[in-house]
Amino acid sequence: MHIMEGFLPHPWWEIWFAASLPFVAYGVSRIGRMARERRETMPLLAVAGAFIFVLSSLKLPSVTGSCSHPTGTGIGAILFGPWITSVLSTIVLLYQALFLAHGGLSTLGANVFSMGIAGPVVGYLVYRATQRFNLYLAVFLAAALADLATYIVTSLQLALAFPAADGGVLLSLKAFAAVFAITQVPLAVIEGVVSALMFKYILQARSEVLLRLNVVSKMDLVRLQGG
Amino acid sequence: MRGELIALASILIFFVAFLWTSQSGLHEWEGADSKAEGVIEELTGGSYTPWLKPLWEPPSGEIESLFFSLQAAIGGLVIGYFLGYYRRNAGDGN
Repeated sequence: MHIMEGFLPHPWWEIWFAASLPFVAYGVSRIGRMARERRETMPLLAVAGAFIFVLSSLKLPSVTGSCSHPTGTGIGAILFGPWITSVLSTIVLLYQALFLAHGGLSTLGANVFSMGIAGPVVGYLVYRATQRFNLYLAVFLAAALADLATYIVTSLQLALAFPAADGGVLLSLKAFAAVFAITQVPLAVIEGVVSALMFKYILQARSEVLLRLNVVSKMDLVRLQGG
Repeated sequence: MRGELIALASILIFFVAFLWTSQSGLHEWEGADSKAEGVIEELTGGSYTPWLKPLWEPPSGEIESLFFSLQAAIGGLVIGYFLGYYRRNAGDGN
């Protein structure tokens, strides 16, 4: 979903920087506070960041005949919310921009917005809305939809910057979505499944940290052990 | 166990779908990122040139894969280490 270096003309790259910066800055201050007050959550933060590292390095072939990668931001969004996840995503995107020439520094703002903010916000809201039905299903939906939302936003960002001469933004959006969003559907499903499995391992190892982070409730845990 | 089975089954389905598409028709399996570049070229009639080049590009595909696998390895290590740490602290390891 990376928008490549130099591929966003003025004023769009500045706009997306301005949109992302406050989010990431607030995320950094949240991490600082968490490091002081809840040290026991730090390993979990590392796991959430590493999960994004792993998943976004996998370029998977999709049914449309091209390759794309999952984002891995769903777990972070569920555990720590979208603010902190935006910081984790920024680290990954910087690594890829500097060492792989994937994405870029001028387009970092836009890429952070789609992968680090829009996706996690969707994932977080979906998880909160569905967690009372079934915890694992909620994680699946949150991660899959966070992934898809990221690619839809990328398509929108490109469509806004490159509206079609006749047909405008909407036609461009269709063209970009055909490349990004359709390819992404099967990958989003896989990401959802893998995230749910990851969540299960975290829950098995340290359910009390999840309780303290307010990710799950006592009732959720009782229900899981009951069935 | 049920979670693992579901994950395994969906990855298998995904793999079979991949085999199926690669059997039927010609696909280049290029990155969606570069495909989007093609769309930009089409929409602008080839008039857009990126205004900035990456600071550094991996000199070859092999070196690019090196950094990609490094990325996955770092992530995998951190996940394994901390989940292992958590599990030990959880007591009986279950």
